[in-house]
Amino acid sequence: MKEGIKLKISLLVLYFGIVGLISPAVGHAMHIMEGFLPQEHAFAWLAVVLPFIAWGMRKISSTLKDNPERKLLLGLAAAFIFVLSALKIPSVTGSSSHATGVGLSAILFGPAVSSVLSGIVLVFQALLLAHGGISTWGANTFSMGVAGAFVAWGLFKTCRMLGVSEKVAVFLAAACGDWVTYMVTAGQLAFAFPDPVGGVWVSFTKFMSVFAITQIPLAISEGLLSVVVYNGLLRYGQQGIIDIWWKGGKANVK
Amino acid sequence: MLNRQNIILLLLVAVLAAAPLVMHKEASFGGSDDQAQEAIASVNPDYKPWMNVIWEPPSSETESFLFALQAAIGAGFIGYFFGYCRGRKTAQSEKSSKDKLAPNTKLGLNGQG
Repeated sequence: MKEGIKLKISLLVLYFGIVGLISPAVGHAMHIMEGFLPQEHAFAWLAVVLPFIAWGMRKISSTLKDNPERKLLLGLAAAFIFVLSALKIPSVTGSSSHATGVGLSAILFGPAVSSVLSGIVLVFQALLLAHGGISTWGANTFSMGVAGAFVAWGLFKTCRMLGVSEKVAVFLAAACGDWVTYMVTAGQLAFAFPDPVGGVWVSFTKFMSVFAITQIPLAISEGLLSVVVYNGLLRYGQQGIIDIWWKGGKANVK
Repeated sequence: MLNRQNIILLLLVAVLAAAPLVMHKEASFGGSDDQAQEAIASVNPDYKPWMNVIWEPPSSETESFLFALQAAIGAGFIGYFFGYCRGRKTAQSEKSSKDKLAPNTKLGLNGQG
């Protein structure tokens, strides 16, 4: 291992150590809670997520350079994530959860951009709302901004290739991206806390039972709300928006 | 923004959020995160979080204030965005009718929505 990386890691460890010592409050939040992933897992997810963040930052600057008029649209995608991840909505299971809003940005700008936007929202929530956490930021950004975003984007692309209308494709992509986010969260927790008898799989079904059903109506809501915004974009003559991202792909104009 | 289809979709979202409240009158609607915490405790009762939150809102009132603030900032921007788009479109169509030019039909946008 190179010296520089070693230094950076030990600085990170030191930072987390100090922060952990001086803040004895009890945590509770909806993504994976602060400190609730073993350290090796927390750092592993951080390492997985950072390349996507770097890719997304480059993608944002190149997109804005080529299409400066899309700055406002990028703001819209970020604002959508802000709103949806702030609203904890009651669900059929008698508990509450929130949507992610990531699907829309993945469709409009590509999944890497969603990784950056999710990362920003998660930092905000971890610092100000005791929601999620700094130590679990990597894992949470992965489930929301990488897994959720790539599923939404891939599904949208597949739907369009199969000739599904853009509107239906937006709904399916956003809804499934939302649900997958929580499925991945369950998987991350299962890997970190395998059942002593049944192993990772038993543990996974246990965590899934917490998130999976609760999230279904919320995922549907997110799909519907994404279509509402999409309709608004269509109405005000932003029809080419998805095409710009899809240049070279199949035409989307109906 | 608010055409008939969008109104129907928004109503559906409202129903999806309200129905559980009617269905489970006795439920507390706590966060699914707290349940995840319980699930962790059942799998590995010895696990101690190695890091605690840096700062926590002192009360649930402060917490809901911050969540509401987050939603308000986002919603405010979304409103600004669509207001801007609407104004720009109106300005464009006024300009093109002034110039006695045919309305822009290049993308088939006219009368959309």
